[in-house]
Amino acid sequence: MKIKTTLMASTAALLVLSGAAFAASPMAGETLAADQTFTYQDIDESPSIDPGMVEDVSGSAVVRNLFEGLMNQDADGNLIPGVATGYDISEDKMTYTFHLRDNAVWSNGDPVTAGDFVYAWRRAADPATASPYAWFVTDITGIKGAGAVGSGDATPDTLGVEAADDHTLVVHLERPVPYFAQTVTHGTMFPVHQATVEAHGAEWTRPENIVGNGAYVLTEHVPQERMVMERNASYWNDGETVINKVVRLIINDETQAFTRWQAGELDLVGVPTGQYLSLKEQYPVEIYSNPRLCTYYYNFNMRPDAPEWMQDVRVRQALNLGFDRSVITEGILQAGQIPAYTFTPPTTAGFTVPVVDAAAMTQEERTAKAKVLLEEAGYGADNPISLEVLYNTSEGHKSIAIAISQMWKENLGIEATINNMEWGTFLEARGAGQFEISRAGWCGDYNEASTFLDLYGSASGYNDAGYNSAEVDALLAAAKTAEDPQPLYTQVETIAAADAPIIPIYFYTSVGARQATLKGWPDNNVENAWYARDLYKVE
Amino acid sequence: MFTYIARRLTVAVPTILILITISFVLMWSAPGSPFMGEKLPPPEVMANLEAKYGLDQPYWKQYVDYLSNVIFHFDFGPSFKFKDRTVNDIIAQGFPVTLTYGFWSFIVAVTFGVGLGVTAAIKHNTWLDYLAVGFAIGSQSIPNYVMAPILVLVFTLWLGWLPGGGWEGGTWDHIIMPVIALSTSYFASIARITRSSMLEVLNSGFIRTAKAKGLPMSRVIIKHALKPALLPVLSYLGPAFVGMVTGSVIIDQYFSTGGIGQFFVNSAFNRDYSTMMGITILVGTLTIIFNLLVDVLYAWIDPKIRY
Repeated sequence: MKIKTTLMASTAALLVLSGAAFAASPMAGETLAADQTFTYQDIDESPSIDPGMVEDVSGSAVVRNLFEGLMNQDADGNLIPGVATGYDISEDKMTYTFHLRDNAVWSNGDPVTAGDFVYAWRRAADPATASPYAWFVTDITGIKGAGAVGSGDATPDTLGVEAADDHTLVVHLERPVPYFAQTVTHGTMFPVHQATVEAHGAEWTRPENIVGNGAYVLTEHVPQERMVMERNASYWNDGETVINKVVRLIINDETQAFTRWQAGELDLVGVPTGQYLSLKEQYPVEIYSNPRLCTYYYNFNMRPDAPEWMQDVRVRQALNLGFDRSVITEGILQAGQIPAYTFTPPTTAGFTVPVVDAAAMTQEERTAKAKVLLEEAGYGADNPISLEVLYNTSEGHKSIAIAISQMWKENLGIEATINNMEWGTFLEARGAGQFEISRAGWCGDYNEASTFLDLYGSASGYNDAGYNSAEVDALLAAAKTAEDPQPLYTQVETIAAADAPIIPIYFYTSVGARQATLKGWPDNNVENAWYARDLYKVE
Repeated sequence: MFTYIARRLTVAVPTILILITISFVLMWSAPGSPFMGEKLPPPEVMANLEAKYGLDQPYWKQYVDYLSNVIFHFDFGPSFKFKDRTVNDIIAQGFPVTLTYGFWSFIVAVTFGVGLGVTAAIKHNTWLDYLAVGFAIGSQSIPNYVMAPILVLVFTLWLGWLPGGGWEGGTWDHIIMPVIALSTSYFASIARITRSSMLEVLNSGFIRTAKAKGLPMSRVIIKHALKPALLPVLSYLGPAFVGMVTGSVIIDQYFSTGGIGQFFVNSAFNRDYSTMMGITILVGTLTIIFNLLVDVLYAWIDPKIRY
């Protein structure tokens, strides 16, 4: 028998009852502008705007405007109804049943059915499609049989997703995946119109061919120049849409884009590198810096063959504490980045950051403690540590590595040399554990703590530190089936903070400039999942 | 003359073939893969991708297939980056854009360049000459990547007269700034070449004779001096024209015109080999054709040249 879990019951009930999705909602006293055209800049053209093929962040934004998945995200990244009004989860958490609304239609008038999702997901996973994001379906979602479909060992129709009827989509998972519902907001999981895809092949995404189910339809696309999306009158929630036209301009040059923004040609642009602070002073309202679901950190090499000092948790902690992160964020990066003392960004949905000593201390206290720890471990002037920091070639990474090694030398007397490698070579060396300390950056694939914490698992392919904790492994396994995995996540982070397999350095931010007249931007959505239908412009 | 053209054409064909061959070899020996992103696709996907683009074939077969497609079908194949476009689509979209403002830049550069050069030569060592030379040197020493931002600053940000970029089908207000930015340095070169060549001609014997016969100065210039004075300019115009119509990469990038230059640069970054090849061949072929045209024009204008 299927039951709704306590957590989801309230959510699902709420979703069905309210029936309303997040939409553009001008506040009292605001007068809507006569011209509701939203013009924004992207740096480069996207390889594809086909949901099954999309691979870049800016292309995903286009996909979110032209198509709609089962669930959407609100301004804070919470799930809200999309094509589905809600969903049920089976008792064993292995079966998800999505209930599709009956008024969702494609831009050609066809109804959006559960079969469209089945087709789209099979297509994305099928190696014959050769989607650069096939891994999202095959490795991340945990849909039954996805791995075998992805490797070509099973036919796409064995994928564990079925249309019980036109408005009921049943998904069978291989294992409980606490974040599964989150994954359906990802472009790769959006439906595609089978007849259109089959009729036009790769060219189905051109304006003259495309059929979508989003709030906007594609009316013009000149690659490397512009893309125009106009309001889709047949979209089920069109009544609450305000922006009539979305214009996406490709402007390679950041400075040029910013000048055009200053001239009022665009509503939203990126901020030229290195100019955030000075421009923020000039445009305090317009320039923003929003948290992202990404962490910059250093790995310790914890493999058995690593140097002896690195096996000592006190030394690792000393290195973790012995430098000032604000020098990096405020002195070097200068774009509102947030110093990090834990791996999972605090903005991750549902995640409670554990109380970590390092975060609460002042830098003087951290440095003092680092000195004590290092002394306890038996290292100092008479027994100095020398180490090497490995990073992939980039001026930015270099500045950070220099700053940190300088601070280690001043504060702890540690001799650190820095070494860089070209990206491909670097990945190989890091993966093989041929380093002492290595740079890393990680962005969440979905908005749930496990997208970060799974890297602490001893079996993770991205566990470059070689961290191996039976306790963490057990907690991560338990989290997969737990009613509420969040306390377990917090526990994992607490253990990791004590073991220090990595040095968290900072959390990334996304910076941009928007006209003060543009409202409704989801500043708190850490995946930067914005929907033009939620925006509006005021006088 | 016709045998000359025929001879030049027979040389042009192998030149283009060599160009294709060298580009092809360079392309396949460059490190990296067009399909490699942050995460390398699994082997099954990689195999399908390679099959789709014919990369699973031996090199000689890829080369022969590519060559026969290009020569017999004028087909440059699918873009490795843009899933819904072929290289032919990209050229068909980007080239007319670049051609349009390149053409106008050429007209502007030649008209003003020759005009200014001739004026300076006639008014040799007067304030007009100094002004013209100063202006030409000034223009030439401002590279277009400096010129473009200055134009945008003045005409878009301060005056608000012109849009700061884009193309929108090529309306006149989108063409003006790219044309100014692109033609400036060519214009300056043309003016300087015209001036020095004109000065040389004006000091030669047959001009003195013409003047001695009592011909009015305007007639001396137009009828006798201009044609020989323009010969050095002409040899400069061939490559200049190709340079302008195939687009200054900087102009395309800076003004976001969607022109061919933008695709060219980005295709290199993205390892979009087929697009890179297609544009390289296009530019190479145009260069050869225009050089040939210039040589023919030369023979036609200069009676001293016989082929």
